[in-house]
Amino acid sequence: MGLLDQRFENGNIFITSFDNLMNWARLSSLWQMQFGLACCAIEMMAASASDFDIMRFGVLPRATPRQTDVMFVAGTVTLKMAQRIKRLYDQMPEPRYVLSMGSCANCGGPYWEHGYHVLKGVDRVIPVDVYVPGCPPRPEALLEGIMKLQEKIRRETLVKKKSA
Amino acid sequence: MLTEFGKILIFLIIGGVFVGLGLFAAWTLRPHRPYPEKNSTYECGEEPVGSSWIRLNVRFYVIALIFLIFDVEVVFLFPWALAFRGFGIFGLLEMVVFLVVLLVGYAYVWVKGDLDWDKPQPVAPKLNRTLTSEIKTERPSTVEV
Amino acid sequence: MTPQEIFDVLKIKFGEAIIEIRPDVLQPWIRVAPQSVKDISFFLRDETVLQFDYLSCLSGMDYNNGTLGVVYHLASMVHKHKIILKTICTKENPHVHSAAAVWGTANWHEREAFDLFGIVFDEHPDLRRILLPEDWEGHPLRKDYQVQEFYHGMKVPY
Repeated sequence: MGLLDQRFENGNIFITSFDNLMNWARLSSLWQMQFGLACCAIEMMAASASDFDIMRFGVLPRATPRQTDVMFVAGTVTLKMAQRIKRLYDQMPEPRYVLSMGSCANCGGPYWEHGYHVLKGVDRVIPVDVYVPGCPPRPEALLEGIMKLQEKIRRETLVKKKSA
Repeated sequence: MLTEFGKILIFLIIGGVFVGLGLFAAWTLRPHRPYPEKNSTYECGEEPVGSSWIRLNVRFYVIALIFLIFDVEVVFLFPWALAFRGFGIFGLLEMVVFLVVLLVGYAYVWVKGDLDWDKPQPVAPKLNRTLTSEIKTERPSTVEV
Repeated sequence: MTPQEIFDVLKIKFGEAIIEIRPDVLQPWIRVAPQSVKDISFFLRDETVLQFDYLSCLSGMDYNNGTLGVVYHLASMVHKHKIILKTICTKENPHVHSAAAVWGTANWHEREAFDLFGIVFDEHPDLRRILLPEDWEGHPLRKDYQVQEFYHGMKVPY
């Protein structure tokens, strides 16, 4: 546990300003682990290219999980791949987020009925923060998904979560 | 009053403190929740097999070693070049002797082949089946057509 | 050469192993016995008038009456003719001789047929699963395949 991470019982003005600063820093440079598996990967590439450009959001693709904040699971997740996804998610350092892109990663997609080898939704192995629907989602949809993730990060805090 | 070197010491200390403060701040603020799967070696999602030490070709080491020797020679050349005017012919001859000794070493390294960059030669794989390109086209048919 | 001529050539050489021909469909096929696939493959590739040096596709089949089959799509770069070869074997004895020594393409195609149908290819250099994970149970493209409930803790059906 970090020295100050989630140690405070209730917030005050210093905590909130600090929260704002840290959250702004984290959401402005979401380094992604590119996990393009199938057709959604093409749309992810299109979103990274010049017309839509996720790099202006600070999203930089890295090949290794050790240097990334967010994992875009883009494409059909087979059972063979799901074990690797779990291991790679485990190897990402915190704070880490998962954005499930496309119908196959959300719920199995068009293979939900007869796909004997498809994992029906990547949230069966890893916790997902944002779901982007579409088959495949347009690059603008992926950009909105990233913005939703940024809003989610903006609400985070150093104050210890109260268990109800 | 502070000497020139003293000022460099102050500079170094402030640099160290600046970096240390940043790292300390990050250490207090970041989450630290290690567990065994997180600390496992990265191997593109697979279970890590084998050792992480690999054998590199020795030519990298040889080139670095030779560079180091001649780099030290160049380091000796710089102060001599700056104070060259005061030495006269004697200084020039002394440096020429130094350079000749090192040139002999250079020639030895060159002739011995230590400066050659040997690339590994590709090996074609052996197949245990007859390729279709090895079948002769001009052959009598074994069947009466 | 027309498919009927190819069938005649094969019939002269192999006799009873060549079972039937269907020349009137869009892609005419010749059915052969599964034990003789090895000799027939070498003959089809090496014989001067036939010279089928290109195996475009090798697929497995489940005919839903207790039999499995293998379909070979062959073409000749030299003579520019094509033919399809079929063999049928039972589910109790799903053994066909491998064509990997004849055509290199057959190596991975036969691994796929083994993976998805369970057809065992004799004398194949490396017969193991190619698409599904190594510890998968069952052969999914058979007509009587049931989807398993869990795989490594992950629920498989929707």
